[in-house]
Amino acid sequence: MIDYHKFTLGNGLRVVVHLDKSTPLVSMNVLYMVGARDESPDRTGFAHLFEHLMFGGSANVPVFDQPLEMVGGENNAFTTNDLTNYYLTVPWQNIETGFWIESDRMYQLAITEKSLGIQRDVVVEEFKQTHLNQPYGDVWLLMRPLAYKAHPYMWSTIGKEPSHIENATISDVIKFYKKFYNPNNAVLVLSGNIELNRAKELSEKWFGNIKNQGVVSRDLPVEPVQKEPRTLEVVRNVPQDAVYMAWHMCKRNSPEYHAMDLISDILGSGNSSRLYSELVMKRKMFSELTAYITGSIDEGLFVIAGKLNPGVKIPESREAIADQINKIKLVEVGERELQKVKNRIEASHIFSQTNITEKAMNLAFYEILGDAGLVNQEVEKYMAVSEKDIKNTASRFLNDDNSSLLIYKSTQTD
Amino acid sequence: MIDDNRFRTQRPHADKIQMVNLPEPKVYHLSNGIPVFFIRSGEQELVKIDFNFDAGSYFEPQPLVAHFTNKCMREGTSSFNSKQIAESLDFYGAYLKVFTSRDDAQLTLFCLDKHLDNILPILHEVIFRPVFPEDEVETIVKKSLQQHLVNLKKVSFLSRQIFPSVIYGKTHPYGKYAKPDDYADIPRQLLQDFYETSYKSSSFRIIISGNPVSDPIEKLNRFFGRHKIEKSKTLKYSAEILPKSQREHFVKSEGTLQSAVRIGHAIFNKKHPDFLKLQVVNTILGGYFGSRLMKNIREDKGFTYGIGSALVSFQHGGMFFIASELGNAVTGQAITEIYKEIEKLRVSYVEDEELELVKNYILGNLLRSADGPFALSELLKAVLDYDLDMGFYNEFIRIVKEISREEVLNIARLHLDPNSMYQLVVGDDLST
Repeated sequence: MIDYHKFTLGNGLRVVVHLDKSTPLVSMNVLYMVGARDESPDRTGFAHLFEHLMFGGSANVPVFDQPLEMVGGENNAFTTNDLTNYYLTVPWQNIETGFWIESDRMYQLAITEKSLGIQRDVVVEEFKQTHLNQPYGDVWLLMRPLAYKAHPYMWSTIGKEPSHIENATISDVIKFYKKFYNPNNAVLVLSGNIELNRAKELSEKWFGNIKNQGVVSRDLPVEPVQKEPRTLEVVRNVPQDAVYMAWHMCKRNSPEYHAMDLISDILGSGNSSRLYSELVMKRKMFSELTAYITGSIDEGLFVIAGKLNPGVKIPESREAIADQINKIKLVEVGERELQKVKNRIEASHIFSQTNITEKAMNLAFYEILGDAGLVNQEVEKYMAVSEKDIKNTASRFLNDDNSSLLIYKSTQTD
Repeated sequence: MIDDNRFRTQRPHADKIQMVNLPEPKVYHLSNGIPVFFIRSGEQELVKIDFNFDAGSYFEPQPLVAHFTNKCMREGTSSFNSKQIAESLDFYGAYLKVFTSRDDAQLTLFCLDKHLDNILPILHEVIFRPVFPEDEVETIVKKSLQQHLVNLKKVSFLSRQIFPSVIYGKTHPYGKYAKPDDYADIPRQLLQDFYETSYKSSSFRIIISGNPVSDPIEKLNRFFGRHKIEKSKTLKYSAEILPKSQREHFVKSEGTLQSAVRIGHAIFNKKHPDFLKLQVVNTILGGYFGSRLMKNIREDKGFTYGIGSALVSFQHGGMFFIASELGNAVTGQAITEIYKEIEKLRVSYVEDEELELVKNYILGNLLRSADGPFALSELLKAVLDYDLDMGFYNEFIRIVKEISREEVLNIARLHLDPNSMYQLVVGDDLST
C-alpha cells in the first residue's frame, strides 16, 4: 500500500506526494503525457529526440545537470510510445534545486541550433547502438508496421528511420514544446523524505505561475480490426532463426488487461512457464522463448518471441507454439498454476515498493491512467481473475486472424 | 496570473550533504562456523539472502566450468528435478539469481518473508545436493552457446570480452575468455567435480538483508548449519601478467556501424591506499553524466550515445578502462579526444567548482547506493570480498571531502599514464 496525497495547481498541474521518512532522499518525477504515438508519420522519433533536448538548458539554468550534481543529485529520463518521463533523486535538504531546474525547463526551455545539431547526432548514434548495430535489433522496426496499419504504434519510440531525426528542424521543436510541455499535460510526483506542506509550498512557488497553454487534444487513428493473419519474412546476418508473433489485445484500462498479463506469465515468464519448460527444456526446440505484453495505454500487443535451436525448422516451431496457444484456449488452467502467476505478481508488486523512484514512477503512471490510487488496487485486480477468465480471454484474442508473424531467417541456416 | 519570473534567476539555497551512518551488520555464526551477516532494513516484509563461494572462473580447470556449475545447481538435486525446483520458486514468487565472476560465485534469493519457510528446503537442496543431470546440463550448455553466438555479433560484447586478455594476457585467469569451441566439451562430471572441490566442503558466506518477521538466523542454522565444513583451501595459481607487447589492437567485426573502443590498463584493487583517491579522479574523467568524457565526446561533438570510465577490483588486481561505442567515421577523432582528456588531468589542476561538484555528486551517489533494504547488502558484499568492513565507506567519505586539486593531479600522474595504456577497437574498417 502506497499512501499519498494529491492536489492540483491553478494551471492544471497535478501533484502527487508520497512521504517515506526511512530514506534521506527525495525522488521527483515529472511525467509529460506525450510519446511516440503523438508524432506525425513523417517526423517519427521526435518525442524521444525532444527528451534529449530537455537536457540542453533552460532560461535560467544554462546547464541542466550541473546545479543538481552540485547538490548531490542525479537524474535521467525515458520516452515510450505513450509518455515521456523525467526523474531525479536528491538528498532531501536540497529538493528545492530539483524544483528549480524541473520547473525552469517547463517554464522556458532554451532551444539552440547547436544543441539540436548535437542531439540529432547523439540520437542517430543511439539508433545505431540500440537498433541497427545489434543482432535482432530491428525486430520492432519490422513488427510494429506489420501489426499496426493505422494507429501510430506502427513506429518505435526511436523512430522509423534515422533520416526522420536528421531532418528535425528548430521550428518543429518549438511547436512540439508549446503543444505538449505544459503544466496541464503533466503530472508531478514527489516520493521520499518530504512533508506534504513543504511539497505544496514548493510546487506552488516553482510550478504555480507557469502558463497553461490549453488542453491537448488527442484524436489518434483507431486501429481497424485485423481480419486475416499477416506474415513477414526477412533474412539477416544473425546466427539463429527466430520467430516473433504478436496478437492485438485490449487497452491498458480494459478489464481484460490483467487476464492477458497473467496468460503471458503462464505461457512465458519464469523457468516453470509452459513455453520454457516444454519447448526450451523438454523438447529443446528453442534456446530462448518468452511471452509478454507491451502494456501500452491504447490497444497493445501480446507477444511471443523465440530463437530456434540449430536444426529446428520454422514450421515445426510455429506448430509447437500454436499447440500451447490452443491448449490455453481450450483447457482451463489449473488452480495451482493460476495461483502461481498471481503470487509472482504479488511479490513483484511488493518488491517494487522498496525503491522511492519506482514508487514515484508508478504513482505518475497510474495518475495518467486515471487515478494515482489505482496503484493500490492493481494486485486485487489480478487476484480476481478466474480460471474461466483466462480461457475466455485467451480465446477472444489469441486467434490466427488477429496475429502477425515475423520470421527472422538467419543467413547461416538453410 | 502573476507573470514575474525574476525569482527563477535565484539558485535555491542548498545545504552541505549530510551523510547517514552506514550500519555495520550483525555477525552470527551457524553451528558449523559459517558466518552470517545480517542487515535489518526496509519496511516491507521481504528478504534477500546471498550465498557466496570462492568458486569463480579463477579456480576452474577449463573455461566455463565455474559458470555452468553455478548455473546448473538448480537443474536437479537428490530430491527434486529441474522443473519442480523452478515450479516451487515461481509458486512462492521467489527469485533465485545465480552469478559467477572471476573470483567468486553467488546464489541470491529474493523472497517474501512469509514464504521463506517453503523456499529454504529447496535452497538447501540446490546448494548441498545438486546432481547435475546430464540432459539438463546439455540443454543449458547448448542454449548458452546460442546466446554466445548472438553476443559475438555485438561489438560491445567483443570488446568487453577481449580487453582483459589484452592487458592481462590470454593465459592469466583474469585474461582468458570462453570461445564457442569451449561449449563443446562440458560433461556433467566436470561440473560435479568442480562442485565437490569449490562448493561442497568449502566455507562460504551468507549475507541476509530485509525485514523478516521471525528470526532468520535460527532458520538458516537449521538448513545450512549442520553441514560439515572443511577448512577452505587456498588454491595456488601461477598468475603472471603477460600483456601483449603491442599497445594498439584492432579486431575486425564485419559490417558493423559502430566501433566499440576500450582504453586502459591493469591496476590495483580497492585495498590499495590510492584506490579511493583514484575513484575520485575516475569520476571526474568518466564516472558520471557530466564527466569530462561525456561533455567532450557526447555533448560537444555528438560522436556517441554514451562514454564512461571505470575502476574494477579483482582479488588479485583490477582494471581501469574507458569504454564507448562510436560511429565508425568518428572513431579516430574520438580516440584522440580521449587521450587529450587523460592528458589534461595530468597537466592541469581541476577547477575548484568542478572538484566541488564531483565531491557532492559522489556523496549523493553514496547515499543513493545505500538506500533501500537491499542496497546496503550490495555495499557490504563489495567490502567483505576484500576483508574490509563498512568503515571503508566512511573512509571514502573522508577522502572525498578532503581531497585537493594537487592530490587529483598527483594521482592522475601516478596512475593514469597513457603510455602504459592499451587500446582495443572492435569494428569494421576504420578508414571509411
